[in-house]
Amino acid sequence: MSLLAVKDLSVTFASGDSRVEAVRGVSFDLDKGETLALVGESGSGKSVTALSIMQLLPYPMASHGAASSIRFDGTELVRASEATLRDIRGNRIAIVFQEPMTSLNPLHTIEKQIAETLNLHKGLSGVAARARVLELLRLVGLPEAESRLNAYPHQLSGGQRQRVMIAMALANEPDILIADEPTTALDVTIQAQILKLLKDLQARFGMALLLITHDLTIVRKMADRVLVMTEGQIVERGKTEQLFTTPQHPYTCKLLAAEPRGEPRPADPTGKPLVEARDVRVWFPIKTGLFRRTTAYIKAVDGVDMVLRQGETLGVVGESGSGKTTLGLALLRLIQSRGEIVFDGHRIDELGGNALRSLRREMQVVFQDPYSSLSPRLSIAQIIEEGLKVHKLGGSAKQRRAEIERLLQEVGLDPAAADRYPHEFSGGQRQRIALARALVLKPRFLLLDEPTSALDMSVQAQMVELLRDLQARYGIGYLFISHDLRVVKALAHDIMVMKDGKVVEIGPAASIFTAPQTAYTRALMAAAFDIEIAEPQAVGT
Amino acid sequence: MTPLTRRRLQNFRANRRGFWSLWLFLLLFGVSMFAELLANDRPLLVRFDGHFYFPIFSDYAETDFGGDLPIPADYRDPELAKRIAAGGFMVWPPIPFADNTINYNLPSPAPAPPDRVNWLGTDDQGRDVMARLIYGFRISVLFGLTLTIFSSIIGVAAGAIQGYYGGWVDISFQRFMEVWAGLPVLYLLIILSSIIAPNFWWLLIIMLMFSWMSLVDLVRAEFLRARNFDYVRAARALGVGNATIIWRHVLPNAMVATLTFLPFILNGSITTLTSLDFLGFGLPPGSPSLGELLSQGKNNLQAPWLGLTAFFVLAVMLSLLIFIGEAVRDAFDPRKVK
Repeated sequence: MSLLAVKDLSVTFASGDSRVEAVRGVSFDLDKGETLALVGESGSGKSVTALSIMQLLPYPMASHGAASSIRFDGTELVRASEATLRDIRGNRIAIVFQEPMTSLNPLHTIEKQIAETLNLHKGLSGVAARARVLELLRLVGLPEAESRLNAYPHQLSGGQRQRVMIAMALANEPDILIADEPTTALDVTIQAQILKLLKDLQARFGMALLLITHDLTIVRKMADRVLVMTEGQIVERGKTEQLFTTPQHPYTCKLLAAEPRGEPRPADPTGKPLVEARDVRVWFPIKTGLFRRTTAYIKAVDGVDMVLRQGETLGVVGESGSGKTTLGLALLRLIQSRGEIVFDGHRIDELGGNALRSLRREMQVVFQDPYSSLSPRLSIAQIIEEGLKVHKLGGSAKQRRAEIERLLQEVGLDPAAADRYPHEFSGGQRQRIALARALVLKPRFLLLDEPTSALDMSVQAQMVELLRDLQARYGIGYLFISHDLRVVKALAHDIMVMKDGKVVEIGPAASIFTAPQTAYTRALMAAAFDIEIAEPQAVGT
Repeated sequence: MTPLTRRRLQNFRANRRGFWSLWLFLLLFGVSMFAELLANDRPLLVRFDGHFYFPIFSDYAETDFGGDLPIPADYRDPELAKRIAAGGFMVWPPIPFADNTINYNLPSPAPAPPDRVNWLGTDDQGRDVMARLIYGFRISVLFGLTLTIFSSIIGVAAGAIQGYYGGWVDISFQRFMEVWAGLPVLYLLIILSSIIAPNFWWLLIIMLMFSWMSLVDLVRAEFLRARNFDYVRAARALGVGNATIIWRHVLPNAMVATLTFLPFILNGSITTLTSLDFLGFGLPPGSPSLGELLSQGKNNLQAPWLGLTAFFVLAVMLSLLIFIGEAVRDAFDPRKVK
């Protein structure tokens, strides 16, 4: 008998009169020591399935169907008593969540948080608990574990926090570890380390691992068996190799084909420079003491030189905190910076007021998070129209309306969407709206700040297609910021690698991808394309 | 109507208590707006000598009704009443007393207990409690509403500017508010009322000087949060000016917290006016007010109808507002489930 047997699981969410069936008739088994990957795009019901195993859904808003059954080691979990569940949760089945920034309590030290589960399930306290916490922290490879016992979550980096989360999950040596997108919020280099850690720990304890992810590269690397989910149903299951080589279901084929691929359209390498930066610096002062004297600086961007030519894409890559976004905002003059910024042959770093405002027409931006980048109280038409109104373009209201509808069509949306509100759209559609808002002014320079990172894989590929088309049609220069090297590869003509606010390497994309010059770039490539840890000293933890 | 608004209305209605409270309160408030037609010492309509007269809307002299002196007609005067009855008729409002009408024809010394003429008795100056209640309710709610509206406008504006600009603007404004909030309001009122005769508008201005601060911190916090959102940044990248960003992009999203707070501010405003009236620093002497009625009740413990009436009316009014406030809070709660 398998360790965990999920049979005919269904989950319905009710709110008012509307009912949403999030999971429909899902069945699968999980054996000891096995890694099972649950793959699907956002909204496919994978996380809900995982939370049902822990019975952590918001009951009674959520409810299971009558035939639903989850048997763990002979115990029925669906509608089990609180006492039974408490005994199992965190003790025999543990879960690691996606977001390391919010999964830890910011007010407790990490020692306290890990010791809590030990105390609850094993009755350990005092010196014994402390020894075990230390052991766990060493196990998950947290450097300088001893001195970090009293650290608070905000004193740790994202990767370190995720290690602490894993230590908490492992504290009672669970039989099953559920990892819900454990590395999605982390840098690629850290992702490789965390996945390796999970694999090692699994081998050591013989745990079953239920890995929930949308990233097929991870699945291929980690999983023994794969379940493909869409719209609350499992559409295909099988051994990893078999599924990747001979996918049966059309959805699986679509998913496998969805990776951003292709090359950017060739651009003229001697084109006119559109944006140039010379020794651009953004330093944030650190103020200390009674009189708030500036004692040091955080050098977010530290002496960057770059050139972006017309109709070309410059990809900026690097780990989080390397100053990519700050550089982009500085070039758009959205934050204070020092050093020369030249746009189309004119220096713009000293402009202000109206001169800067009229320049805004030429330079636009699309942000990473499609949910926070659209004002929730304005209709789509109002959002797109705003730029035209500010710059008094687009003629009469009727002409503006026509222009908005044409633009919506151009970014692949129904023009009838103009009168709806942002919350009615999916992440990918919202990103298209944000793109339309930027394009309505016909800019020549577009800053794309991780525009695909929050999107599902198949949507990412469509977005990349769209961006390539628009560039070819209008000759816009893109500054494309991303941590995802696969997307960058599909879009960028030139690449700039950043680390700690400095440029590590800059050059044509082809030469950087085939022959990276620095150890840091090599480590980045290995982590992104093969999920391998290469030259660990070159990257952080 | 956006789906969001529809959902909110639905949530508001789902709170039955708050929903009915709103209707009841609106009914009471609406009725009290017609206080002059409900409780007045002039008849609604007089028929005399084949002519119609509307004493509620215009003044007539005794001579118009066959009197001898050109003084304003006193319709409660038995002599005049007899003359009119002889030549026509009078239609009285349900309560034939205004807030300041003294009933000289009391069966017992004032304060007189409730009877068929004075439904809730009279106060210690022989004025009808029911009539004073209707007028007092109206003035309390009107004062509360005006104060709430003005202090919200000032508070939201101040909070928006502090939160949006941050930095030095924020710090200096916050320190100013700390000093300002430290001023003793009551003493200031006592001092000011010795210089000027406080009326409705003076009281409003004085109270407004201190009540605008209640919303500032709330709105400021919302603005501090929202000004870093990408859509604000995107608007700046489009070249939108600060004033437009505040008005169009940030304020609508900060209004949820403000609206949720409004019924409670209204409650506070009404209570403040009542307590000032109770202490005798409120509306000018003779004005109908719930606070004054309360203080009469305290001074005349032998006449429990005074204190009890004021207490029940205040309790019902404030409870209704709190219930409405709870329903509003439910309506705006994004995590609310039935």
